[in-house]
Amino acid sequence: MIPERHLNIAVLMLFFAVPAWALIMDEPFTITLATRAAILALAATGLNIALGLGGLVSLGHAIFFGIGGYAMGVLAFHAQTYTPMQLGGFEIAGTKSMPVIWLVALVASGIAAVLVGLLSLRTSGVYFIMITLAFGQMFYYFAISWRAYGGEDGLSIYVRNDFPGLNTLDPIQFFGLCATLLCLALLVFWRLARSPFGLALGAARQVPQRVETVGLDPVRLKLVAFVLSGMMTGLAGALFADLNRFVSPTMFSWQFSGELIVLVILGGVGRLMGPLIGAGLFVTLEHVLGDITDFWHVILGAILLVIVLFARGGVVGLFCGKARPDA
Amino acid sequence: MPDPILTTTNLQKSFGALKATDSVSLDLRQGEIHAIIGPNGAGKSTLIDLISGRTQPDAGSVTLLGQDVTHAGTAARARAGLGRTFQISALAMEDTVLQNAVLGAMGASGKPWRFWRPALWDADLRMRAEEALRRVGLADDAGKRCAELSHGQRRQLEVAVALTLSPHAFIMDEPMAGLGAEGSRLLTGFLDSLRSEAPILLVEHDMDAVFALADRISVLVYGRVIATGTAAEIRASREVRDAYLGEDA
Repeated sequence: MIPERHLNIAVLMLFFAVPAWALIMDEPFTITLATRAAILALAATGLNIALGLGGLVSLGHAIFFGIGGYAMGVLAFHAQTYTPMQLGGFEIAGTKSMPVIWLVALVASGIAAVLVGLLSLRTSGVYFIMITLAFGQMFYYFAISWRAYGGEDGLSIYVRNDFPGLNTLDPIQFFGLCATLLCLALLVFWRLARSPFGLALGAARQVPQRVETVGLDPVRLKLVAFVLSGMMTGLAGALFADLNRFVSPTMFSWQFSGELIVLVILGGVGRLMGPLIGAGLFVTLEHVLGDITDFWHVILGAILLVIVLFARGGVVGLFCGKARPDA
Repeated sequence: MPDPILTTTNLQKSFGALKATDSVSLDLRQGEIHAIIGPNGAGKSTLIDLISGRTQPDAGSVTLLGQDVTHAGTAARARAGLGRTFQISALAMEDTVLQNAVLGAMGASGKPWRFWRPALWDADLRMRAEEALRRVGLADDAGKRCAELSHGQRRQLEVAVALTLSPHAFIMDEPMAGLGAEGSRLLTGFLDSLRSEAPILLVEHDMDAVFALADRISVLVYGRVIATGTAAEIRASREVRDAYLGEDA
């Protein structure tokens, strides 16, 4: 067993070393893979707030990922076609500015998370899983039939959006942007887990009756966690769309929600670096095994099976044992 | 006589045909320990749930410090000054002893909506939590994970978490359950001194503890209070003996 802190530092160093090495070797595709891992890790870190800290098994987090994606797609689409949006009599111009897009993604996914959370949190356990899944399907089919923005075919955005002072089409610069946001999200997760809110949320996951008995409302705690979680995943959705310069309804698919859960379980539920480790492994396997066989998901499934059966704490649990509460 | 801290008036609760709570009226006065005893299935747990807000009564009311809290939830009653302990320890097992106590202190301060500064850095919360742990004798175990505690220590922590709330009334559901003779003796001594801070409604099977502690005892049988009185009165009551205490009491 090694201290979790050491593993965390090693993982972060590896995460930055790979694209640095790729830059030197002039392998831009590897940088893009690292960027993909960073964005998936950001989305999964969002899920880790709900799933890891709050114990909420959401099979609907693709909703927020998709909303983030479409926030980018819709705004950039109007900017690239020079047609303003018509919103209840108002005309709103599109934008290619990433900070604006991110803000819209955060706000829109936050609002969606409030609505989905308010209804879903009336249930728990398997019913919660089912109701979040149902909401996910609603958004998925809505996106499919949303002809104005490509329907089933999705939307292509020809040029990556802008960030002041950066050339976002340069892979390493875009990686840096995504990695910075991921690091900020990890910092938020780390502080959140130890904050009064995180302590109460953890207790609400373990013993809701106790939380009520000390005068707090466990459902409200979980709702706030769900909203923060959804916003983070929404931000990742906007970046993901920018990475591919493409949005489509598959961002809303329940398979993606499941993939996010897999990432978190693979890395370690509730652990700071769990999502990044999970995303790193996922992207690596996808790339390495995907080259060898089209059936690489079978191997991923087998790895997941081993993790769930023999290493409940995921990769972090395998190396570091159970989470140690800080004194 | 000053107004009682806690009153129940004609509380009724049925589950199907079973009357779990049948016209229960009792009160808890400043400075006393009021014990509720009764055989298994007498409706003690249901009564506690009705008073703490976990269950809504079919009829009747619960008054806390002169306020009608019949329709208030558990959390609202806790904020109004009700401190409850559970028969089966309800603690966050993954967290440390100190974190569990800090949770109580946080509830009392009503401020869980802080997202950045670590909870354990808050000197005020920490002081309240450590004080409560010290009083139940868990100060040296503050850093232990709750799951590592012995059964007896978990019982102590249950009481400590209630203490962090500085409640106006305690409701304790079998705090002695599973404690050895020594543990029961220590806790009895502690509860004895606690009553001057806030009165205690005590549900307990340990008759030695009940008769040693209680200022008044109510006997619950089939959901009804069949007798309320001092320890001596209850001991002398023929009805209580027939129903519950048995010949050798």
